[in-house]
Amino acid sequence: MIIRDTHTGYGLITRLFHWLMAIAIVVVFGLGYWMVGLDYYSPYYTLAPDLHRSAGMLLLFALLLRWAWRLSNVHPGDEELSRVERIGSKIVHEGFYPLLLALLVSGYFISTSEGRGIDVFGLFTVPAVVSSKEIGQATGLIHKILAYITMAVAAVHTAAALKHHIVDKSRILKRMWSGPA
Amino acid sequence: MNPRTFSAVALGLALFAGAPAEAADYTIDSKGQHASVNFRIKHLGFSWLVGRFDTFNGTFSFDDAKPEISKVKVEIATTSVNTNHAERDKHLRSADFLDVAAHPTASFESTSITPKGDGKAAIAGKLTLNGVTKDIVIDAERIGGGDDPWGGYRQGFSGKTTLALSDFAIKKDLGPASKSVELTLDVEGVRQ
Repeated sequence: MIIRDTHTGYGLITRLFHWLMAIAIVVVFGLGYWMVGLDYYSPYYTLAPDLHRSAGMLLLFALLLRWAWRLSNVHPGDEELSRVERIGSKIVHEGFYPLLLALLVSGYFISTSEGRGIDVFGLFTVPAVVSSKEIGQATGLIHKILAYITMAVAAVHTAAALKHHIVDKSRILKRMWSGPA
Repeated sequence: MNPRTFSAVALGLALFAGAPAEAADYTIDSKGQHASVNFRIKHLGFSWLVGRFDTFNGTFSFDDAKPEISKVKVEIATTSVNTNHAERDKHLRSADFLDVAAHPTASFESTSITPKGDGKAAIAGKLTLNGVTKDIVIDAERIGGGDDPWGGYRQGFSGKTTLALSDFAIKKDLGPASKSVELTLDVEGVRQ
């Protein structure tokens, strides 16, 4: 079992981060989209936001760990890509980190903008760092916009991976699934 | 009390009969925060949810002898709605409730004041909230007034009214127990 990334593929840690976070991000997005339309008397009216906030905070911690992991590992080569694909994948891969950071932090500010922390699955509380209605108001819209941008970038990322796998018959998707050759 | 010039936005509240003088102009002491605009609404019919508007200003004119010539005007920044809960306040600012982006200011301006005796009065006026202007009546009571320890002169009142959410185009359904909200204004004015 290869733990670290190599020049030919991704190690176990990166692959776990990638797939678990990919699933969580899509689920938490869907949850967020659904919960904001819930009726006041829906049985999920308080549960859905609780889960959304909790999962969001775990995603924030996971993102920071993953970012550190990425920076401390070598990256598999991208020689088989065209120049356009190489630039595009670079933007998407590098861009995901600040985008997700902004998305998760903006969500954090919505809930903590009046000085109350976020309870994570009843296990611990992430403390608030500000008390400002203006921040709470501004980050609401920002969070929504960033969420849609994230889904759009994820869609591009998925389409590109499938294109490399199906059309180009390259190992790009496989190396994120089964590790270095 | 000395005669005073009326300001354009003077406002008055009820008062004892018998005191001397003419209506004087007062500015609501929002600087020293001896004033508050509070509301409460039933939560599921189980309890009262209490909130307030943190930012507002107003003026009134007041005459002990002739409370009916008093006037009052208050402007409230709806963005300052505060129920001590970030997500709820964000929801209250949204189009589901106060739509503060479209209607950042709520206001009340008296049209007539009917003394009820014993320091009480009915203040009729126009309340503009969520872009809707409606005639309402505030039941007001004079709490007290006189020289303050710092060289000023003050009058204080408490007023209360009940608003139906639907009257002000607030469509969000909070359930059968929460169709109306009680509004309470506790204001102290400093004579100008």
